[in-house]
Amino acid sequence: MWDRNQMAERAAQELEDGMYVNLGIGIPTLVANYVGDKDITLQSENGMLGMGPFPIDGEEDADLINAGKQTITEMDRTAYFDSATSFGMIRGGKIAAAILGAMEVAENGDLANWMIPGKLVKGMGGAMDLVAGVGRVIVVMDHTSKHGDSKLLKECTLPLTGKSVVDRIITNLGVLDVVEGGLRIVECADGVSEDELRAATDATIV
Amino acid sequence: MNKIYPNAAAALDGLLHDGMFIAAGGFGLCGIPELCLSAIKDAGTKDLTFASNNAGVDDFGIGILLQTRQVKKMISSYVGENAEFMRQYLSGELELEFNPQGTLAERMRAGGCGIPGFYTKTGVGTVIAEGKEHKDFNGETFILEEGIFADLAIVKAWKADETGNLIFRKTARNFNPPAAMCGKTCVVEVEEIVPTGSLDPDNIHLPGIYVHRIVQGQHEKRIEQRTVREKT
Repeated sequence: MWDRNQMAERAAQELEDGMYVNLGIGIPTLVANYVGDKDITLQSENGMLGMGPFPIDGEEDADLINAGKQTITEMDRTAYFDSATSFGMIRGGKIAAAILGAMEVAENGDLANWMIPGKLVKGMGGAMDLVAGVGRVIVVMDHTSKHGDSKLLKECTLPLTGKSVVDRIITNLGVLDVVEGGLRIVECADGVSEDELRAATDATIV
Repeated sequence: MNKIYPNAAAALDGLLHDGMFIAAGGFGLCGIPELCLSAIKDAGTKDLTFASNNAGVDDFGIGILLQTRQVKKMISSYVGENAEFMRQYLSGELELEFNPQGTLAERMRAGGCGIPGFYTKTGVGTVIAEGKEHKDFNGETFILEEGIFADLAIVKAWKADETGNLIFRKTARNFNPPAAMCGKTCVVEVEEIVPTGSLDPDNIHLPGIYVHRIVQGQHEKRIEQRTVREKT
């Protein structure tokens, strides 16, 4: 089974030299630690390409934050732009990939990650634009809930963020692709058998 | 024509009325028109509708107008940082229209460009698409979203010249240009007003044609999530 960092490390393998990429909040943020020598430019959808690491203590700048409202830094390649331009490049398919978390994914690629009815609703932020617009949507998530229920389902039960938008799912148990007819196992996490992966998955595996 | 006003209250004088629609710039607490928001609080204008990506926090940003019950409706993409907002929303005192962030930005930009509607694939197959016109282009389905035409835009920039040409700083640009564009009138607050001619014309982020009134002042520029790393 993979831990958070191993999932992030596996997700980093999806990125290719020269890509412009948007990383979501949580485990996806950790992916930046594992890109190695690859030339990757990170987008922050509030209006920045070329997002750098957190600042050194004392060098925070209130005018320089990421989409999670955290203080960050700029790089030599950094470019700033307004929100309409930022989502223009997202919606226009210029961002090669988005790596983001999920509550549920269905076997047809439906994604739910923004609201639980009856609970506090915070809003979708830029998630709906990202999954509708970017070249490739990679989800990083726990395979099952705290109660052991599969989060990879035949159909999502929660309100959708996007319809048929997910390309690849990386969980603590392995990697699966959304293909015609269901999910296809790409690889199993360390120490996880294919049978265990199947048993933990509610979605159709083809 | 003089566009410069001595303070935010003077810059907003004659522009505020109950029930009006205001577009505000800012993302989180970054690049928000804090002086104008404070002046609107003091003016006591009620039943406001705001198009703004976020709703501030309890005691800063649009949050200060929620405390005084001056806001009737919010059009936003994310409101997770504001407990008072949630209390008013759940009790039915406050209307909320969620827009995907890019749709909200484009609705402002489109309104400012005289475009009443546009088609987008964002939100197709979700609750956002319910009740909206669907149309296929090249085999793909899109939904119709409408441009925003606000009575007033309030925005924050870094520098203005005396004619209202604006320069923003880093990610504090965010929603400010599209918000400025979609207002019938636009009031901008800046950290510095510089003499006309001292900004590089090739590096103006928003031309002064969109800016009607300018006020310079001290900004708190609060940081929402201070994150740092160890020196290596």
